[in-house]
Amino acid sequence: MLGNYYTFPELLLWIPFVTGIIAFFIRKEKSVKAFALFSSLATLTVSVISLFYSNTTAHPDYFLYNNVSYVWLPYLGSSFYVGLDGMGFVLTFLTAFTLPLIFAATYKNEYRNANAFFSLMLLSQAGLMGVFVAMDALVFYFFWELALIPVYFLCSRWGGQRRIPVTFKFFVYTFLGSLLMLVGIIYIYLHTTAPGGLADHSFSLRSFYAANLSPNRQMGLFCLFFLAFAIKMPIFPFHTWQPDLYEQTNYPTTMIMSGIMVKMGVFAMIRWLLPIFPLAVHKFGNVAIILSVIGIVYGSCIAMIQNDLKRLVAWSSIAHIGLMGAAIFSLTNSGLQGVMLEMFNHGVNIIALWIVVDMIEKTAGIRKISELGGLALKSPALAIFFLVIGLANIALPLTNAFISEFLMFNGLFAHNKWFAAFACIGIILSAVYILNMMQKVFFGPTNSLTENARPINGRQKFILSVIVITILVMGIYPSPILHLTQETVTGILQSLK
Amino acid sequence: MQDYFDLVYWIPLLPFIGFLINGLARKSMSKQLIGLLGSAVIFLSFCLSVIIFLETTRHGFVARNITYFPLIALDNLSIPFEFQVDQLTSVFLLIITGVGFLIHVYSISYMKEEDQSGFGRYFSYLNLFVFSMLLLVLGGNYVIMFMGWEGVGLCSYLLIGFWFKNHEYNYAAKKAFIMNRIGDVGFLLGVFWLISIFGTASYHDLFNPETGKLLSGQTSNSPALIGITLLLFLGATGKSAQIPLYTWLPDAMAGPTPVSALIHAATMVTAGIYMIARSNIMYSLAPATMIVIAIVGLATAILAALIALKQNDIKKVLAYSTVSQLGYMFLGLGVGAYTASVFHVMTHAFFKALLFLGAGSVIHAMGGEQDINKMGGLGKKMRITYITFFVACLAISGIPPFSGFFSKDEILLAAWAHNPVLYIIGLGGSLLTAFYMFRLLALTFAGKFRGTEEQLHHVHESPSTITIPLIILAILAAIGGFVGIPELFMKDGHKLAEFLDPVFAYSKTILPAHHVPAQTEIILLGVSVILIIAVCIWAWNKYKNHSDGQPATGFAKAIQNKFYIDELYDAIVVRPLGRLSLFLGNVIDKSGIDGIVNGVGKSVSYGSRQIRLLQSGKVGTYILFMVIGILVLFIIQMFTK
Repeated sequence: MLGNYYTFPELLLWIPFVTGIIAFFIRKEKSVKAFALFSSLATLTVSVISLFYSNTTAHPDYFLYNNVSYVWLPYLGSSFYVGLDGMGFVLTFLTAFTLPLIFAATYKNEYRNANAFFSLMLLSQAGLMGVFVAMDALVFYFFWELALIPVYFLCSRWGGQRRIPVTFKFFVYTFLGSLLMLVGIIYIYLHTTAPGGLADHSFSLRSFYAANLSPNRQMGLFCLFFLAFAIKMPIFPFHTWQPDLYEQTNYPTTMIMSGIMVKMGVFAMIRWLLPIFPLAVHKFGNVAIILSVIGIVYGSCIAMIQNDLKRLVAWSSIAHIGLMGAAIFSLTNSGLQGVMLEMFNHGVNIIALWIVVDMIEKTAGIRKISELGGLALKSPALAIFFLVIGLANIALPLTNAFISEFLMFNGLFAHNKWFAAFACIGIILSAVYILNMMQKVFFGPTNSLTENARPINGRQKFILSVIVITILVMGIYPSPILHLTQETVTGILQSLK
Repeated sequence: MQDYFDLVYWIPLLPFIGFLINGLARKSMSKQLIGLLGSAVIFLSFCLSVIIFLETTRHGFVARNITYFPLIALDNLSIPFEFQVDQLTSVFLLIITGVGFLIHVYSISYMKEEDQSGFGRYFSYLNLFVFSMLLLVLGGNYVIMFMGWEGVGLCSYLLIGFWFKNHEYNYAAKKAFIMNRIGDVGFLLGVFWLISIFGTASYHDLFNPETGKLLSGQTSNSPALIGITLLLFLGATGKSAQIPLYTWLPDAMAGPTPVSALIHAATMVTAGIYMIARSNIMYSLAPATMIVIAIVGLATAILAALIALKQNDIKKVLAYSTVSQLGYMFLGLGVGAYTASVFHVMTHAFFKALLFLGAGSVIHAMGGEQDINKMGGLGKKMRITYITFFVACLAISGIPPFSGFFSKDEILLAAWAHNPVLYIIGLGGSLLTAFYMFRLLALTFAGKFRGTEEQLHHVHESPSTITIPLIILAILAAIGGFVGIPELFMKDGHKLAEFLDPVFAYSKTILPAHHVPAQTEIILLGVSVILIIAVCIWAWNKYKNHSDGQPATGFAKAIQNKFYIDELYDAIVVRPLGRLSLFLGNVIDKSGIDGIVNGVGKSVSYGSRQIRLLQSGKVGTYILFMVIGILVLFIIQMFTK
């Protein structure tokens, strides 16, 4: 089936890309929905198959399936070089796994211009896949932008009343970051040596890792890249675009942004920042950790006082991302492995939370915490699903996030006890806001607004069951993913020595 | 011959299966079936626990480590999913499954008013609790222990808030979970520290007599060990309701009474004691921490006993009594009497479960009334409940030969050996215990009935599914102490100490040996027993004929209001945190950070508007600027050359 002509990274890229363009020309809303779901399932199938080829020792022909390089711009020293390593496998799988969930969970939502909407969703998936498989800086930058541009349209065309100003802020913020990164990429490019060929310099990942940069240059460039990725994640204090935007955009867009797109920032920190500027990382690492750790406590505190469910989830996400940021710069094996696992777990968990919030809003018509109550009486199944998902969000043992948070905190603790102790406040605060939400939304007596809430239907139960099973399986048996990413992490840590 | 340890995983798995079936199929099963299944899985676990217990009593048994699959497998850190079974584990297995089974049976009748779905939910939570608790004691490393540790916290949360329509219950449930979580953070940090120093979290690698990392070349009182043990102890104060994190337990009485008996008296709250007994070698190497534990334990024992004097809710009295008894167990741990503490865990499980179930029987008969001022005279109508409750009171007060006498006395004796002051304060606490227990007994069962006419008509002895567990527990509370008869009365009488010896053997070599002379021991025993009996009789006579309804003043008022600890926490933690969050959200974020961001945005657009003015399209202006530019360039050239 798979020969020398088609490879996994390419399939993962081109399926959503091509179907995304086709989707634009399907006028009927029903068919375009089915088409998008079908396309995302096809990508998922490819991704699952690709996992069987992820073991390099068992598959000597690994290179053919997982790497490909076309001559693209030979005079510039850039080639269309894409490939999958452990981290790439995990993130492409996350993208492929969550998109069908998003489509299925929001299947009944209605959109204006459905064809454009689904086309843009699929295109941004293609962009995300590209970011995760790019092994060449120019290709990486290209897909980075390809992932973002559809999202600008998704945010500005569909969503709440105030979407235009918040999208504009988001646009300016991330565009600024992208520009800084582009400057940085070109600067590093000029300090690389080409392994041969027509150009003097090269954009390939390997030459970037080997770039000859003096300590002072590393610091300057570190700042450029860090800013770009920190905005995308977002790390405190570059987060202000996020809560407003998540509140205003519609659910599928929010899910794809918070579940997958923020992982671009985390991913890029690990692939494009740590190994290229080892000296600067050691020098500025603690600053990054302090910002991240402040973000954990800050985000959790603000999440506690939110009255809008969407804003609550948005702030809790900022807290979780903060922990990932801190763990990345702990530069320990445990911390980085935790981040690898958490990238997947956080993606699943936060999308699950959005799905639940969407269902609450659909069934009760409101999402103000103070106005809700007693939903457990009306829809016991939804209450139970939310309980499991909420507990996964606060990293209770036997749920997926426990292992990843355990590893991240452990890594952070090995780096610095006090940072870890301060960050741990977030563990307590997260329990406060999730249990508060549980209490105010699901427990207590019903009121006039929630009296007519309907129980969730079979389709919704099925989707949430898939998520809950994923949460539990990953909580008990996470070793396959850890095994998959160990090589990547070891490589990164080697380059930082 | 078959190796019974291959079956160990069934012990937690069976309750888990019960949880799944009861939880998922609760709507399609009858109540009888739910109750039967929920109890049967626990009974099977109990049978297996007995088999395992018998295996561990064999001569020459060494702790068994059973590894199942890798949980976390990194290059430099490996935490498998593993169980460890030794004598300590098997004692706890018996307590959890044994008492757990009785309480399941009791619940079938106690909860029968619930609708089918609620009934199924209740049993599935209870099964899940037993599963988590078994995971906690079976776990072979601190991470597995932590899984059970937080799991029991979750079940406690779910069961306290079982009647979730009532917001007050929900607050109590949330409070319990969050206070536990504060302790859990301490526990986690302790585990991280442990891993960062020893590179492992397995008991086997740490405490093994041959290869244990703690046994070779660890200096006593090293800062790291003190830090680790203190952090783990913080975890224990949360789970086992000690100062400063005890305030959740009295509120936890919002849950159904059997839950209070199982979770908030017999099993979950003893998890902290189990954890420290499990890590005894580490604690013995950190004497500074031991002192802290002894002081915290004793202070909690006294404080809670004082509060219990003035409570009028039957379950609240028992809740504070539990806090107080747990304090004694920590006192025992702190003075190095590990066996005595485990012994007290066991006897306490019997008599406190009995007290709670008895209280449940009373509440049931009174139609939900919990105020002891409105009871009285129930002894005549509820004979079995009365007698069993009386046995439990004798046991908890420490009157020989009931079980509490042996275990509490062993703890106090060890405290004497450590420091007589600890003994004297501890004895004071046990006098308080005797007083509040007999006050409770007298107000509930003696004198005249003070409730309504309707209630009086309704009062009856409970059905046999309630009384049989009461009788079994009463027998255990009466004779349970005979497994630990002190050396003084009978040579080799302390079977429990003998059995647990391998677990604590190494600690004994580190800790300084204290020996109390036989005469001193007899005097101490005699004095304490006489004093306790006197107090019991005093309390009984004082309260048998009247209720204490008069408004309290001064110190009594402070006691009645639980020393205003909840209000204090509210004022120094809860409200400031809320205000800080509001400040961060509304001021710092909106005006501060976002203000700066928007400010930058605005000034850029203002700047561009100004620059745009330059492009006016008038040729004259352009020429003017050109000339100025050229002039500037000339001037710069002149000065730089």
